[in-house]
Amino acid sequence: MKKKLTMLGLAGLLALATGAATAGDPLRVGVEGAYPPFSWKEADGTLKGFDIDMAMEVCKRLNRECVLVEQEWDGMIPALLAKKFDTIIASMSITEERKKKIDFTIKYYNTPAKLVAKKNAGFDGTAAGLKGKRLGVQRATTHQCSAEKLYPGAELVLYGTQEEVWQDLSAGRLDAQLSDSLQAYEGFLALDAGKDFDFLGDAIDDIECQGVGAGFAVRKEDTALRDALSQTILDIRGDGSYKAMNDQYFAVDIYGN
Amino acid sequence: MAEQERTFFEYLAYISENHSPLDFMLVADHIDKFFYGALLTIEITVLALLIGGAMAIPLAVARAYRHPWLNGPIFGFTYFFRGTPLLVQTYLVYYGLAQFDFVRESFLWGPILSNAWWCALITFSLNTAGYTTEFLRGAIENTPKGEIEAAQACGMSPRRMMWRVVLPSAFRRALPAYSNEVIFMLHSSVVLSTITLQDILGVGRWLNGRYYLAYEGFITAMIFYMILVFFISKGFRFWEKRWLGHLRPRDTANT
Repeated sequence: MKKKLTMLGLAGLLALATGAATAGDPLRVGVEGAYPPFSWKEADGTLKGFDIDMAMEVCKRLNRECVLVEQEWDGMIPALLAKKFDTIIASMSITEERKKKIDFTIKYYNTPAKLVAKKNAGFDGTAAGLKGKRLGVQRATTHQCSAEKLYPGAELVLYGTQEEVWQDLSAGRLDAQLSDSLQAYEGFLALDAGKDFDFLGDAIDDIECQGVGAGFAVRKEDTALRDALSQTILDIRGDGSYKAMNDQYFAVDIYGN
Repeated sequence: MAEQERTFFEYLAYISENHSPLDFMLVADHIDKFFYGALLTIEITVLALLIGGAMAIPLAVARAYRHPWLNGPIFGFTYFFRGTPLLVQTYLVYYGLAQFDFVRESFLWGPILSNAWWCALITFSLNTAGYTTEFLRGAIENTPKGEIEAAQACGMSPRRMMWRVVLPSAFRRALPAYSNEVIFMLHSSVVLSTITLQDILGVGRWLNGRYYLAYEGFITAMIFYMILVFFISKGFRFWEKRWLGHLRPRDTANT
């Protein structure tokens, strides 16, 4: 296993050394590994989840070997720009702010963001309701942007991973948190740890921060790769393999309208 | 607009947009947050050093004189805190303890353990107490024999000798090692940002996260830490001159 990883790493270095990737070169994909059910890490170190399956399927169709590169969330865009990998497949929302730095494919799914708090929390999900409340979000997400914009009176608490947000919410250190509703349901509310919690209010309405769904990110100059990836997403969506992957993890179609 | 008519901020904006890979304007806009972050960094570092230092004195004395039943446990304590990373210790206190229902239902949870500030202060204090105990013990053990004999010859009781001779002398000789500990503690305090506290690095990571940047937050944080270290080293150089003057190599040519 370790040897294989080393070889994959070497292949990655080689691709870096030879510059522009051509067909047949491995595709280096930045993934997070701390965002179930989209991406998480098994005890033996293997990566699993919808994003991971998506990455594998895309590589297969592009006829390129996949090299998954794990990257902490808040360094994801800098790492892409530093050419540590060629694309990000990590549930990254397509927003204008990010488009200043990088480029995106078309969306591969779109789920709304919602607040989560204790059942019968005693306050509502408005700016007034959250005033003075401790509101947790993962750093460098669209939710950090929305939280600062929509709930200026709340005390913002920032975390490196979404899993830490859930830990502190269930430990009672947070009054509420803002995140992707699907991840919130599958990764927390449906589990035993989340049984005392529920969504607070409806999906938030904030296109400026939240963007138009999650896409794969590429560097701005890699337009050919971007178009190839976008086409692959359309193909996967079109021929039913999207549904197969989707249904493995979710009860609803997450593609959105 | 003519070059000389620009204000400093307009110039900064112009440089940021046209010439620099770094966006200085974003940093300038949020510099107040960095100062608040610096206050938190200084607050926790200083308090932890005071508490840990106060704990270390009796522990070091007990270790140096091989107290029959305290020496072992104290060695275990210092070995644990010096042998494991501060990050792991802090995670254990902050995320680890919160996993247990009995901790969350205890009277300590509400005021202390649910609070990241207190978790950090407790861990940092114990950590620096571990390091300080060991080098203070070394300094006490290396007290020159002559000083002890002189104190005994004056008829000092062991307790008086400890306060008047052994400890002051050990503190002076431990001072250079302690300046390292203070700087290490300051550097280690970046762990604060991993448990949600907005210290200097926490603010840097907030800025990077908010605007999806790579460098601006980190470089600004670095400059803040460098300035703090500059003042710490200046301070210690002053104190070393003052209290270690008698140990300085003499310049014999001019005497």
